Amino acid sequence: MNLNRSPWALHALLLLAAMVFPFVSNSAFVINFGVLALFYAFIGQSWNIAGGFAGQLSFGHVAFFGVGAYASTIVQMRFGFNPWWGLPAAALAGAAAGFLIGVMSFRAGLKGSYFALITLAFAEVFRIIANSVEITGGGLGMLIPMKQTAANFQFGDRRVFYFIILALTVISVAIALWLKASRFGARLAAIRENEDSASALGINIFVEKIKIMAISGAIAGAGGCFFAQYFLYIDPTIVFGVDKSVEMLLVSMIGGAGTVYGPLIGAILLAVVSEVTRSMFSFQGLSLVLYGTLLVIIIAFLPNGLIELFKRKKLKDGDQLSVTSSTKAGEA
Amino acid sequence: MLKVKGLTKIFGGLRAVDNATLEVAPGQIVSLIGPNGAGKTTLFASIAGFYKIDEGEVELLGQNILGLPVHEIARRGMVRTFQITQPFAKLTVLENIAVGAFQQFASMTEAHAHARLIAEKVGMTGMLDQPASELTVAGRKRLELARALATGPKLLLLDEVMAGLNPQEIIEIIALIRSIRDSGVTILLIEHVMHAVMSLSEYIYVLSYGKIIAQGKPQEVVTNREVIEAYLGRGAADQMGEKEQGEAHA
Repeated sequence: MNLNRSPWALHALLLLAAMVFPFVSNSAFVINFGVLALFYAFIGQSWNIAGGFAGQLSFGHVAFFGVGAYASTIVQMRFGFNPWWGLPAAALAGAAAGFLIGVMSFRAGLKGSYFALITLAFAEVFRIIANSVEITGGGLGMLIPMKQTAANFQFGDRRVFYFIILALTVISVAIALWLKASRFGARLAAIRENEDSASALGINIFVEKIKIMAISGAIAGAGGCFFAQYFLYIDPTIVFGVDKSVEMLLVSMIGGAGTVYGPLIGAILLAVVSEVTRSMFSFQGLSLVLYGTLLVIIIAFLPNGLIELFKRKKLKDGDQLSVTSSTKAGEA
Repeated sequence: MLKVKGLTKIFGGLRAVDNATLEVAPGQIVSLIGPNGAGKTTLFASIAGFYKIDEGEVELLGQNILGLPVHEIARRGMVRTFQITQPFAKLTVLENIAVGAFQQFASMTEAHAHARLIAEKVGMTGMLDQPASELTVAGRKRLELARALATGPKLLLLDEVMAGLNPQEIIEIIALIRSIRDSGVTILLIEHVMHAVMSLSEYIYVLSYGKIIAQGKPQEVVTNREVIEAYLGRGAADQMGEKEQGEAHA
């Protein structure tokens, strides 16, 4: 609530910090860390918009991510388009996947854990399809030839990638802010809280849920395109793997689902944990073990996510404020 | 305003609502009463589109609304409240009411302004920033009413908005319902609080075991033998009948 008191100053400050960050040090490690954190924040926000804002908990968000990664790569490799076309193609493909999965699941009336499970199943189906058809290169995956020119959506200077993912993240945060302040967002919150009440008040829950799935899918799809251009290699296990779904969901839950900056906070933590464990231990996957442990602790003590830490202090200010105003009213 | 003809809703082997016919004229306050389990809420839910009915017709403002989805019926002006309150628990009171207000206004500023207005009307101004989950029963009942009212309905279906309220709160809500009607909203309500029903209603339908067993003006209905029987049993109905006869003889 009080975050809204001077919201623009907060947004500007965060953006400024993010823009200065790559100039603090030009080491590959630092830049890579920044890209990783923003990338998690971006795809986490995609999950957050559907899962946090609209309460449509998906366990298979990687489906949209993977569809985006393949769409962008196929468009340039198979059809010879300029790689930049990959970005809108990926967003569009992600939106289409979100729309389709939404229509099918919601038409069947799947809610809550059933919806979570069906999305998981869809992601697996997509992975198997990508594994078996020719256009995706099957299990071998697709290797994007390295040609580091701006026209080719590849950059020798990793800072350019940093600013691209920063721009994408800013867009995703803007979408979240819009949801917080719009009729559409209010309707989604109503649907999240109680679908019967929402429809009794005239909300077409089917249409609203599909809309948000398409938007969320578009964001995840764009994330897939970025991933493909950054690592220049995709295969079914990497871009349709369950672990990425889990990462999207964890980033959002740990930071604070349903909040604008929750995924950002969760993403920074995930990036820190994964970089630290990677540099200290050679044990693969340890970062997720550690991250899982953190999740347990956070769910036990901060069920609404880390963002709670920032809000609690502010809430106290708010309490005092309301106390003083009520005493004033009493005196008057 | 609302015409229901021969509405029947069957759950398995149970005819929860059996051939119910009723009519609500514009500007009226009409009550639907009946013993527990009579099928009142089922009838409400069927009218509002929550259930697929087995037989019958439902007309709102002269148009057949049978088979329309719930939200479409709500948009056409018939909005229901829930007997077991269904607040948007994590949202504040203001946000709850604004969800209704967004049916009339697209912008957040306007919707919130309208929501405040409605909150003032139902006496919730002091609770605007409270999460709905922290409200008392009385608060939740008011919130149900406020949310529905904020959509700008033509016909409100109020399902036991007085249950669980204390006498003072009931007096307040009776006045509130009257003022809502006076502002041009037609009201159909389910209620158990008899003195409220008697003082508010212009017309009453009595439902028992899914059937409408009596209808009429409040005074006609409460002296109806079948109604007394449904509520108090045959013995009581006989006694009261004798008493009345005795009075008539004397």
